Amino acid sequence: MKAWWGSGEPWVWLAASTVALCLLMVFSLLAFIAVQGLGFFWPAPIMQAMHHTPGTAPTRLVGEIYHQDEVPVSRLTKAWQAPFAAHQEVTRYLIKVGNREHYGLDFRWVLKAHLQDIQYPPTLSVVERLEWGNAYGDIEALQENGVTIAEGEAVWEMLESRLQRTRDLRQQIKQIEKQPLGRIHFQLEKLRLQARKLSLQHRLTPEKIAEFETQRREQEALSQQLHDQLAVLHQAMQRDSLLLREMQGQHIVIPLAKVVQIIQPNRLNGMEKLHYYGLRLWHFVSSDPREANTEGGVFPAIFGTVMMVLIMSIIVTPLGVMAAVYLQEYAKPGFWTQLIRISVNNLAGVPSIVYGVFGLGFFVYLLGGNIDAWFFPEAAPAPVFGTPGILWASLTLALLTLPVVIVATEEGLARIPRSLREGSFALGATQYEVLRYTVLPMATPAMMTGLILAIARAAGEVAPLMLVGVVKLAPSLVLDNNAPFLHLDRKFMHLGFHIYDVGFQSPNVEATRPLVYATAFLLVLVILVLNLTAFWIRARLRERYKSLETM
Amino acid sequence: MNMNIKLPPTTARSFIDLNLFGRSNHQYRLEDENIFLETKDLNLFYGQQQVLQSINLSLPKHRVTAFIGPSGCGKSSLLRCFNRLNDLIEDSRTEGQILLDGEDIYQPRTNVAYLRRKVGMVFQKPNPFPKSVYENVAYGLRIQGIKQRKRLDETVETSLRAASLWDEVKDRLKENALGLSGGQQQRLIIARAIAIEPEILLLDEPASALDPISTLKIEELINELKAKFTIAIVTHNMQQAARVSDYTAFMYMGQVIEFGSTNVLFTTPKYRQTEDYITGRYG
Repeated sequence: MKAWWGSGEPWVWLAASTVALCLLMVFSLLAFIAVQGLGFFWPAPIMQAMHHTPGTAPTRLVGEIYHQDEVPVSRLTKAWQAPFAAHQEVTRYLIKVGNREHYGLDFRWVLKAHLQDIQYPPTLSVVERLEWGNAYGDIEALQENGVTIAEGEAVWEMLESRLQRTRDLRQQIKQIEKQPLGRIHFQLEKLRLQARKLSLQHRLTPEKIAEFETQRREQEALSQQLHDQLAVLHQAMQRDSLLLREMQGQHIVIPLAKVVQIIQPNRLNGMEKLHYYGLRLWHFVSSDPREANTEGGVFPAIFGTVMMVLIMSIIVTPLGVMAAVYLQEYAKPGFWTQLIRISVNNLAGVPSIVYGVFGLGFFVYLLGGNIDAWFFPEAAPAPVFGTPGILWASLTLALLTLPVVIVATEEGLARIPRSLREGSFALGATQYEVLRYTVLPMATPAMMTGLILAIARAAGEVAPLMLVGVVKLAPSLVLDNNAPFLHLDRKFMHLGFHIYDVGFQSPNVEATRPLVYATAFLLVLVILVLNLTAFWIRARLRERYKSLETM
Repeated sequence: MNMNIKLPPTTARSFIDLNLFGRSNHQYRLEDENIFLETKDLNLFYGQQQVLQSINLSLPKHRVTAFIGPSGCGKSSLLRCFNRLNDLIEDSRTEGQILLDGEDIYQPRTNVAYLRRKVGMVFQKPNPFPKSVYENVAYGLRIQGIKQRKRLDETVETSLRAASLWDEVKDRLKENALGLSGGQQQRLIIARAIAIEPEILLLDEPASALDPISTLKIEELINELKAKFTIAIVTHNMQQAARVSDYTAFMYMGQVIEFGSTNVLFTTPKYRQTEDYITGRYG
């Protein structure tokens, strides 16, 4: 036994089990988020039951069982406690009944004991709508201009083609709004700013005014044309509608224009469910959010996160590398260099919100304010750069991650063997040439390591971003096809902030909980992809300088 | 040469049969030579420590001069004075003069990078850059701003031929130089050094990390190269010094104890210390 302890075996076991524990925690965390988030998109069966609470008439209840838990009877309202013993625990369901425009809330808590005659009839449908959330019930008829053209089962034969028609129309409308109309608005704003700029410089001659006016008229005429087109399209969209009988027998008219998708989940087999699952997942990552972020997708947030990280990388890499090169290669080692090095290392420990405050005060107000005063006086009082935006957010995060890049690059530079530097010097290279042709290329893997660490830290930051550029809902993406294409002054959405917003600032807490998990999972995924890309680049660079360690 | 240490003279007697190495017993005489590099009262300090003490030496043109002596005697440091590589070491300080082709290389206005183009150096351990074979040889030209493909191609080929490496690597010029064997790497370093057409080659124990066959190849190479370059070689291997050099300097504790024609120094050393060292009784 003593020999066993002496051999160090127990410590190996201890160390190994610590590693196992860490791995277990990481994987169970990821698995938990993934299951909670991704399960949401699976088409859930729709239940129908009679809800009979003591002292009231039974009512019909239709919806998805969203959540289930056990509660002690004492926690129930007085009226519901009656038939149970005081210390009993009863099963409680959270049922998503939808039809928010009628019932105010999507959800209802019911006791399992109060439900009778639970069924899953195949005729029940769930209608995913652009507004007011899901609607549950039986589809009774399909109407064209208010006239019924199909009833009962016949509806399903005509539905898909008509849904496709409205989808196509919606796509057309979106294209017109995004491309030509968006560009006209952009041009009009540009004209207004040009006129304002000239007038500020007292160079606004009558000819110029006339010129601007004709241009403005042209654009407005174009815009009018497009609006007419849009009106026609909107009119066409309104043609078809559905008649739905909801759980209590009321009839609801749902215009197909507002419908995203209609399914009868109780009728679907496994493959069909999988198909809808994929479709809903794709909608989630590829479409814009709706209904104050409680529904729809998160595409702008993914895009914003990636863009911000990319811009930050572009800023932080050259800055960090140059600083590291100076500290490691040029600065004379001594008290001051050491002091600077220690300060840089300590900067990495400053809480990120402090960087946010600095970014707001220095970048947004001071720098941005002055840029506006010097270069964009015509836009006043509306700020251009004097307001939070993606440029300032990226700069703030670049500052935040600068120490990581500096430290990693310095370590990389210090590892380049002296013999290689001397070899280069001996061939008549100046210090600059030694750096440029030998040392820096060989230190690129270390720079990539710094960048990987920087990305890992930056992509997960939320706190400073709230001060310097992230918003709940950005009207337009940072990148579009209006010159100059990359709009660094725009605000953007971010997955991290989206989680916070959806989870804590949402009016519909129950509906958004799965979205929180799904978004969190997506954030992890995005960071993973960004990191893997950097890893891949580093591996390729390392390949080129392999067997460096043998020297 | 240096009289700071008083040493008893040795008896004149042959210690090593130099004919063993198949060399002529021609005795070179400095007086007949064209001196290429000359040091005058050279002192070198690393911080407080004096590494070289008033070195006075003359390296004749197109001759191989070997530096022998126990570890830490300053031979490598002396070699690194010739191309001012010691400048890279913090706190290093040099006194005295080194005349290269009659010009003092330690003047303030000396362009060090330009000087190093005239003084090629090969290190103890092969240190190829992690680039292709071709780029390693072309490196010196590239930093001189030479971009013409034809000129680079020609120089790479002639340098590799001169380093008798061409036949072995002509089909793998684009491959990473780190994939070559140690001996090939060292000859690549020699090719790299002669690609910039220096006038003198400094070899700092060029074969110490190599196997006997590679060592032999390097030694043959040195014999060929001396027609074009003045060569200074530091070696621990007494037989190597005897085999390849025309002149030999024996150093001890930062001083040159004895310097002269290799044949003379190895057969009839003037000083007891030299005799002890070359016969293996010391060091």
